[in-house]
Amino acid sequence: MVDKVLTANRLGDGISVWLDASGKWVESLQDAFIARHAEAVAALETTGKRAFDANEVVDVNVVDVEEVDGVLRPLRMRERIRAEGPSIAYAPGYDGLAGPKNVAA
Amino acid sequence: MYRYDEFDHAFVSARVEQFRDQVQRRLSGELAEDAFKPLRLMNGVYLQLHAYMLRVAIPYGTLSSGQMRMLAHIARKYDRGYGHFTTRQNIQYNWPRLSDTPDILAELASVEMHALQTSGNCIRNVTADHFAGAAADEVADPRPYAEILRQWSSVHPEFSFLPRKFKIAVTGAERDRAAIQVHDIGLHLKKDENGKLGFAVYVGGGQGRTPMIAKKIRDFLPEEDLLSYTTAIMRVYNLYGRRDNKYKARIKILVHETGAEELARQVETEFASLKDTELKLPDADIQAIAAYFAPPALPERQEGWGNLARWKKADPAFDQWVRQNVQPHKHPDYGMVTISLKPIGGIPGDATDAQMEAVADIAEEYAFDEIRVSHEQNLILPHVALADLEPVYRALVAAGLATANAGLITDIIACPGLDYCALANARSIPVAQEISSRFGAPERQAEIGELKIKISGCINACGHHHVGHIGLLGVEKKGAELYQITLGGSGDENTSIGEIIGRGFEPEKVTDAVETIVDTYLGLRRDKSETFLEAYRRVGPQPFKDALYGGGAQEAA
Repeated sequence: MVDKVLTANRLGDGISVWLDASGKWVESLQDAFIARHAEAVAALETTGKRAFDANEVVDVNVVDVEEVDGVLRPLRMRERIRAEGPSIAYAPGYDGLAGPKNVAA
Repeated sequence: MYRYDEFDHAFVSARVEQFRDQVQRRLSGELAEDAFKPLRLMNGVYLQLHAYMLRVAIPYGTLSSGQMRMLAHIARKYDRGYGHFTTRQNIQYNWPRLSDTPDILAELASVEMHALQTSGNCIRNVTADHFAGAAADEVADPRPYAEILRQWSSVHPEFSFLPRKFKIAVTGAERDRAAIQVHDIGLHLKKDENGKLGFAVYVGGGQGRTPMIAKKIRDFLPEEDLLSYTTAIMRVYNLYGRRDNKYKARIKILVHETGAEELARQVETEFASLKDTELKLPDADIQAIAAYFAPPALPERQEGWGNLARWKKADPAFDQWVRQNVQPHKHPDYGMVTISLKPIGGIPGDATDAQMEAVADIAEEYAFDEIRVSHEQNLILPHVALADLEPVYRALVAAGLATANAGLITDIIACPGLDYCALANARSIPVAQEISSRFGAPERQAEIGELKIKISGCINACGHHHVGHIGLLGVEKKGAELYQITLGGSGDENTSIGEIIGRGFEPEKVTDAVETIVDTYLGLRRDKSETFLEAYRRVGPQPFKDALYGGGAQEAA
């Protein structure tokens, strides 16, 4: 089975977040909880629905990832860009995919 | 410029407070997402890949220095220090917090701006020729009519829940700079044989997954009938437009399926019952709106001619900028300046808060406080004395805004693409950046001449690829990006939809493919005066297919 993580956007500011092992929504994919079997995926889906219904997050999705040398990488380009930020140097101090995720709060 | 009256102020302020309440209820959990989503969209708030996005309307692309400063302020205070000017003459902010959006809208309202109807199945921001009111070839300024349409269509009870979104564009010159034939309604302001103003009316143009060129259904519509005739079109569309299939819901499909002649008949029937109602525009009302758009008093500035010749001789870079980015004005002592938002290797349409402030300052000092946004994602100073071009240029250089490439190969339109957009399948901006860098040398651009490249990251075609001389459409194939190339598109008075040239190219190969196309053009053009589009229309796709795909060209196509 392909590894999976749960992702969404935070309601208040829309920032992309991932669910970690303690049930918190975190801003780094690398801190996400990885579901490696069907039961874990089902638990992610339940948690996602609950968080959506509780108005914590929106646009909740389970996405496919792979772990390469300890680094999580979504399989789809769309999700890689969501996780790593725009691939372009859109603002001073931000270097696209080569740089840190966020230039500003 | 149009100024809000008491009604406008009250209306926009009320909408801000209404949205503030809706946001508050959403954040408290009182409103669920399903209920809230259409409400936020009505106020221009989208959810994109990384964050919310706020699309702010710039009606017919016209704004003042004060309004531009507010856009800069919003970028600085609520976003990440920049904004993105779009192909619909709007601006988008990519990182606002939902919780801040009511405050942003309140700040916008303080300078007579809003984000209403920048989303949803309603009549969107009415766009116009970015040189309106200044162009030497203009019959009349189309913006008063765009403003009349804006007022009429704002929260119009009958047309707020159409089958699909609806876009209207207006131009006042034979040379179409507003791409009216790829809009739901395109209006060409003209005069009849008696000198009376009216419109040629085009219906059913559009891009997206089913690109279509609009059909002319009226050769001349008197100006006083603008609202009654537009209402007639909207009623026919609202009644018969397909609501069963989102992808067939635009009026272009209705026109295609009904036939332009039959649709025109239906519109005329509806129009007959509306023609002499309260929708008929009194001349006094037209004049009252037109007065807001009266051109500034432009003093004689003949000294500019001599100065300009001297400056051009002394500075080749300035000379190049004037030749490329300054167009003739109605007044011979003035010019229309295009401020390129396409720095070589940069992000098409992006401007930082500091750049927006700089443009506001320059417009205030040298350009009668007036700025335009073009659908080609540049800014325009419509009234600049030739005598002031040199200081304007110096100020633009200082702000990093003096790229001399208007209309050239690096003046690329690109949608936000997969770097931001939740609908995108592929990135647009990095492709534009690489092409821009490849062709960035001024001599090379000058040698190639006029060539419009337009890039979309999905079939929705926000990057207008269908009407690019060279169009690039990003798709996702087997989880990777692939770029399909179209050739021969054009969004002017001789509108054409580009033809797909063959199989797509991987991201690392697409710039080479564009270079092959350009080199092929350079090799076959009759002389330097034959533009890429003219050459393509003369020779057709085959030489380009041969160059791109070799002997397998037929199969590849």
